[in-house]
Amino acid sequence: MFKDLFRKPKYVTVHADTVKKDMPDGLWQKCPNCNEILYAKELEKGLKTCRKCGGYFRVGARERVKITVDEGSFVETDAGLLSTNPLGFEDYPAKVAAAVEVTKLNEAVVTGEAVIGGNPVIIGVMDNNFIMGSMGSVVGEKVTRAVERAIEKNIPLIMFTASGGARMQEGVISLMQMAKTCGALARLHEAGLLYITVLTDPTTGGVLASFASMGDIIIAEPGSLIAFTGPRVIEQTMKIKLPEGFQTAEFMLDHGLVDMVVARADLRNTLIKLLDLHMTGGNANAQHYA
Amino acid sequence: MPSIMLEFEKPIAELEAKIEELKNFSSEQGIDLAEEIKIMQAKAEALKKEIFGKLTPVQRVTIARHPERPGTLEYIKHIFEEFIELHGDRYFGDDRAVIGGIARFRGVPVTVIGHAKGKDTKENLARNFGMPNPEGNRKALRLMEQAEKFGRPVFTFVDTPGAHCGMGAEERGQARAIAVNLTRLMQLRVPVINTIIGEGGSGGALAIAVGDRLMMLENSVFSVISPESFASILWKDPTRAQEAVEAMKMTAYDLAELGIIDEIVPEPLGGAHRNPEEIAARLGDYLKKNLDSLKEMPVAEMLQKRYEKFRGIGQFISG
Ligand SMILES: [Zn+2]
Repeated sequence: MFKDLFRKPKYVTVHADTVKKDMPDGLWQKCPNCNEILYAKELEKGLKTCRKCGGYFRVGARERVKITVDEGSFVETDAGLLSTNPLGFEDYPAKVAAAVEVTKLNEAVVTGEAVIGGNPVIIGVMDNNFIMGSMGSVVGEKVTRAVERAIEKNIPLIMFTASGGARMQEGVISLMQMAKTCGALARLHEAGLLYITVLTDPTTGGVLASFASMGDIIIAEPGSLIAFTGPRVIEQTMKIKLPEGFQTAEFMLDHGLVDMVVARADLRNTLIKLLDLHMTGGNANAQHYA
Repeated sequence: MPSIMLEFEKPIAELEAKIEELKNFSSEQGIDLAEEIKIMQAKAEALKKEIFGKLTPVQRVTIARHPERPGTLEYIKHIFEEFIELHGDRYFGDDRAVIGGIARFRGVPVTVIGHAKGKDTKENLARNFGMPNPEGNRKALRLMEQAEKFGRPVFTFVDTPGAHCGMGAEERGQARAIAVNLTRLMQLRVPVINTIIGEGGSGGALAIAVGDRLMMLENSVFSVISPESFASILWKDPTRAQEAVEAMKMTAYDLAELGIIDEIVPEPLGGAHRNPEEIAARLGDYLKKNLDSLKEMPVAEMLQKRYEKFRGIGQFISG
């Protein structure tokens, strides 16, 4: 039992930066888990999953939308919101500009309206490649607007999270986005609307300690790092060595902190099933028994 | 006078020691030095005004972390007529980094929740240096909901370096505990007044810092992460912590300017620890004033205003 608790996760996440370093032309990518050389185009088709060992490569926000929603149904909202430099922090604007360049996104979350298996939803997807998916003013604002839009349209909200935590360069303003997003979610909850969160690799810090943890149903992608305090910080601060598998999606499941761990290939179908069970436009049962 | 002097207070301490010496000399030798002593006392006062009158952010951090700085326990003792402590989260344990209970405030029953640090090593270990585990946050939640049930206003006193980061905290859902508190505090149907009295560190602080009014004692600090961690994460250099203090804008004055907090409670010259009774009396008055302004407000209006207060935090442009 105890051994089982800390078992080595079956799925291992492959970090994009290590892949890039090894593979200069991007045509081929090596799976560091099993060292299998994979043709990049084949990876795209296969949900960024290693065909040999089943390990996952991280998925960017746009790709995630594409593999999740009904084809052509996504309409992006608030794409034009841009970060400022509220604390006048040296290098921050340059860092944002570089992230925009690399990801072709304006910020670390993409939000919009979409249809999943015929069910209209509001969807938000974070992108870890944008300053580690950290939450600053824009992420907080876009997530809050997504929640408010779900309330306004009376439809479910689905959030895919991937974040290193707070956007340090925005100081306490970034911290306060936790309260802001949770305040909006309190209203979503009062409106009786379904909220599903899908925690992907990595979901940590202030994002996990706010909107990521407030789903009616919390799903985690296999092998994802899910942590309030990251493992390196715990090991340094507490001067301990963490057991293997600590703070993985499977660990979260074992500790009762997520509802289920769902393989990437099954994720869309699972969402459709859940949406169907709650019926489009909120929760018909809740209205019936009100 | 505080028994622990901070680095920048040394000139004052030296002068005060000299005055003490003169006084002793005068009484032992029977020589009248009243004039000289008076001059030196005036000099000491002027020096205090000069040094304490323009404290740097780094100096304020050292005051915020001063071992003799009054904490939640002192404020409970001085501000409230009576206090009954309540323990436990009803799930796992009683986290002594968070203290809570029912108090009487100028005749009115209120719920009080605050972080508690220790005064010595033994108490600090027992209270985990004021760093809550999930149980502390869940105890706070239980007491907030109890306050709502009985229509009691909630006062919180924030004083933590941050939420505890350990294996147990992760296993028992620290993140979820914080998220639930943030969500419930936004809906709590009683007035909630939060005061940062010392250190307000990250999500651990925020978990009891959401409400209708957010006050900061003049020399307290509030930040997304400790300046030490900020420097090591962003600059890979923990020795640049002092620089981080400036860059992070974590003082009460900085945060009032950024519109994060509603009010600054002035401290006695040199910091709250130099006169705990004075700061407690003033904080009591500020709590009273804010409570009075919320007391008559219809609940729906209060919750709407609370929502808008947090809704408006964030800076961005619409491109
Ligand atoms: Zn592989």
